[in-house]
Amino acid sequence: MSDTHGKDVSTIDAHSDAPLYPLPPHHHRLTDTDPRAARRAERQVAAMFALSALCIIAFVVGYVAIPTTSFIDLGPIGVLQTSNLVLGATFGLAILLIGLGAIQWAKKLMADEEIVDERHPVGSPIEDQEAAAELFATGVAESGFVERKIIRRTLIAALALFPVPLIVFLKDMGPLPGTSLRTTIWQKNSRIVVDVTGQKLRPEDLAIGTLVSASPEDLDRVQEEAGTQNARAKASIILVRMRPDEIKSQQGDGWDVQGILAFSKICTHVGCPIALYQQRQHALLCPCHQSTFDLSDSGKVIFGPAARRMPQLPITVDSEGYLVAQSDFQEPVGPSFWERG
Amino acid sequence: MSVIVKEASKALSRADERAPISSLAKANLRKIFPDHWSFMLGEIALYSFLILLLTGVYLTIWFKPSMTEVIYNGSYAPLEGISMSEAYSSTLKISFDVRGGLLIRQIHHWAALFFMAAMIVHMFRIFFTGAFRKPRELNWVIGGSMIIIGLLEGFAGYSLPDDLLSGVGVRIVAGIVESIPVVGTYLMFFIFGGEFPGNDFIPRLYTFHVLLVPGILLALVGLHLVLVFYHKHTQYPGPGRTNTNVVGFPLFPVYTAKAGGFFFVVFGVTTLIAAFVTINPIWAYGPYVPDQVTAGSQPDWYIGFLDGMLRAFPPLESNIWGHTISWNVFVPAAVMPGILLGALLAYPFIEAWVTGDRGEHHLLDRPRNAATRTALGTMTITFYGILVINGANDIIAQAFGIPFNNITWFTRVAVFVLPPLVFLATRRFCLGLQRRDRELLLHGRESGQILRLPHGEFIEIHTPISNEEKAVILSKVDIAAIEPPAATDENGVATPGYKALRRRAKFSRLFYGDNVASPTAAEIAAAEHHAHALDDLEVDELHEAGKDVPAQLTD
Repeated sequence: MSDTHGKDVSTIDAHSDAPLYPLPPHHHRLTDTDPRAARRAERQVAAMFALSALCIIAFVVGYVAIPTTSFIDLGPIGVLQTSNLVLGATFGLAILLIGLGAIQWAKKLMADEEIVDERHPVGSPIEDQEAAAELFATGVAESGFVERKIIRRTLIAALALFPVPLIVFLKDMGPLPGTSLRTTIWQKNSRIVVDVTGQKLRPEDLAIGTLVSASPEDLDRVQEEAGTQNARAKASIILVRMRPDEIKSQQGDGWDVQGILAFSKICTHVGCPIALYQQRQHALLCPCHQSTFDLSDSGKVIFGPAARRMPQLPITVDSEGYLVAQSDFQEPVGPSFWERG
Repeated sequence: MSVIVKEASKALSRADERAPISSLAKANLRKIFPDHWSFMLGEIALYSFLILLLTGVYLTIWFKPSMTEVIYNGSYAPLEGISMSEAYSSTLKISFDVRGGLLIRQIHHWAALFFMAAMIVHMFRIFFTGAFRKPRELNWVIGGSMIIIGLLEGFAGYSLPDDLLSGVGVRIVAGIVESIPVVGTYLMFFIFGGEFPGNDFIPRLYTFHVLLVPGILLALVGLHLVLVFYHKHTQYPGPGRTNTNVVGFPLFPVYTAKAGGFFFVVFGVTTLIAAFVTINPIWAYGPYVPDQVTAGSQPDWYIGFLDGMLRAFPPLESNIWGHTISWNVFVPAAVMPGILLGALLAYPFIEAWVTGDRGEHHLLDRPRNAATRTALGTMTITFYGILVINGANDIIAQAFGIPFNNITWFTRVAVFVLPPLVFLATRRFCLGLQRRDRELLLHGRESGQILRLPHGEFIEIHTPISNEEKAVILSKVDIAAIEPPAATDENGVATPGYKALRRRAKFSRLFYGDNVASPTAAEIAAAEHHAHALDDLEVDELHEAGKDVPAQLTD
């Protein structure tokens, strides 16, 4: 880009070296002219420093005397841990008083006449710039960096490749995804149990209009073996029951049991667990970003940023009358990813 | 007292035999810093950072960055016997079994909130006063980088306790990483050591939070301050202040006391707030379990704009050749912040290109005098503000009893409509203020005193403004808009880079085209003469000037 339009606005009139108007005359403070006012300010500063020291003593007493299990109700502020309150109040006040004392000292008693300092151009003087360029040229010449092309080029190649291992090392930060995001631990005849309590479910246990968080029966065992919560992060489901005539559509024929539907609990937007259910509209609402899914209509998105329907888990009852999965989910659960397709 | 001075100079000379301390002291002890309340914003950020380092060290003494499941048996009865990660249980221990532990945790969290807030408001100050201009562009880039890094650091910090609220936030980040085209799934598996949540994330995040990022931040803070010191601080215009001087108070003793004292004030206030106001009560959220969530999940405020963007974006997703692109996640969570923050870092260079300004600036702009820049600033703040509000749309919906759907739809429309309106309004407002400044300079201020002249006419007396005010107003630098170049020179040869030059001229006209010119010396002289005429009650001349005599009074 051409520099012909560049202009050095700092050199134009209003910014010339001599100020248009001089600094206004300095006004003395009361503490400069009245020794009694100065002594009063001195006492104020000293009092703040002394009070600060006293606060530290109070802090130590509070530290020793107050157990962490005692609480205090401060009405509108709420219930606070007494120890937190006392330690914080004494320590905070002690620090604050040091600061206020120092500032009061500076404002009332230290010289307050403004001083003018000249600025110097930010850059180095021209002779320094020239000297530096010359020294650099000398160094380059002495090294032979320019003439010895083969050294220069191999050096560049070596330096370009040297970070490669630093990146390769990172490869073992984790396994490759493979197909692991496509499956969950649900399989044919996995029993559906209520989350937390682990209670097995029969269709008659669910009243119309209820929503229950559930998981596969063997979830705890799988997690125990793996030592992670990964299985739960994908396999979690919700069961809802509505009147069969309220179901407008499903993701597969006969995937419900007497109006009981099972859906993934993991939002297809960015993976929050979904927990809010508006029973009348059969709407499932994500508390994170408000994506809303219509469970009576194949779990399709009716509001919010999620772009895909909530995957449905096909269910049935086993020979003992308990709710079980017909199979795993027929599509990956959770947020979209590049390989999902 | 003199004993103190004597001992200090003795110590100084002993030290000087090992390092040239005296030369350093001579150059800097009486270095002058200008005084203004807005210069303390950066100080608040700096001191909050120091508080974070200090309290952070204490937290590492007890915190265990491990996702191994343990059964809790500490002082907090409601969670007794519950299975949770060691990270969460050690945070409970800090809160309920270590004396002062909760205080340190709360100071740390409050300081993080203040750190981010102070940095951002400090950035506003720098932006609106043009303090980022040459020679301080690099310091703007350093400061902007610290805001971005600070945001990541804050997120990492509040995710470490592995409570239910922050765990959901981590889940969201995992979802965002998954949305990155081509490499997203792999990145997610590398970051988490496999599928979400795995067992590696918290320990990795811990190293990131307590070692890597603070190290980078500390280096940047150091560089930022060295440059402030080297450039000398900018100053606001006023009598006696020019582009080539700096007027203020010396580092020692005034700023040692004021700035040093201010550190204690910031620390003290943060501690008092931590004493009285509970922040991030992780015990109330419970440990993280991947299939549980709390209603009204809110990130810390500085993440709010990202969440707001994520909430507002329409549900767009494509499937191309068997690959999924989540526009609804990738664009608001990665592309848009990238553009926003990139534009932020690049702004000084963009403005310098548009205005063609290559001069050194040490005297601050009054925001009104850079009307377009100020308008760009308020426009961006509006955009950001709408997103922050939408980031809390569920809370607002509940508080005001309006459906969150309406707030989201409002946001989707408002982000396109409101910022341009605010831009136009701000620009108009600034130009109006420029016009008012010109009036003040030429005709003084309306005094409200009505004078009846001998022949019965009424006039209002205008009082001239003070030299202080004149100095401030006259600090305005008139810059002419760049003229578009001729397409060809006189020989018919095409001007090189014609299109870029023409584009620049357009931007330049946007920047300066409507600026109100400062009065010329002749105009000021004429106005002064006119004022004297008023003193002498030469009414005829007044009539010629016309506009100073209120119309309704002359009729």
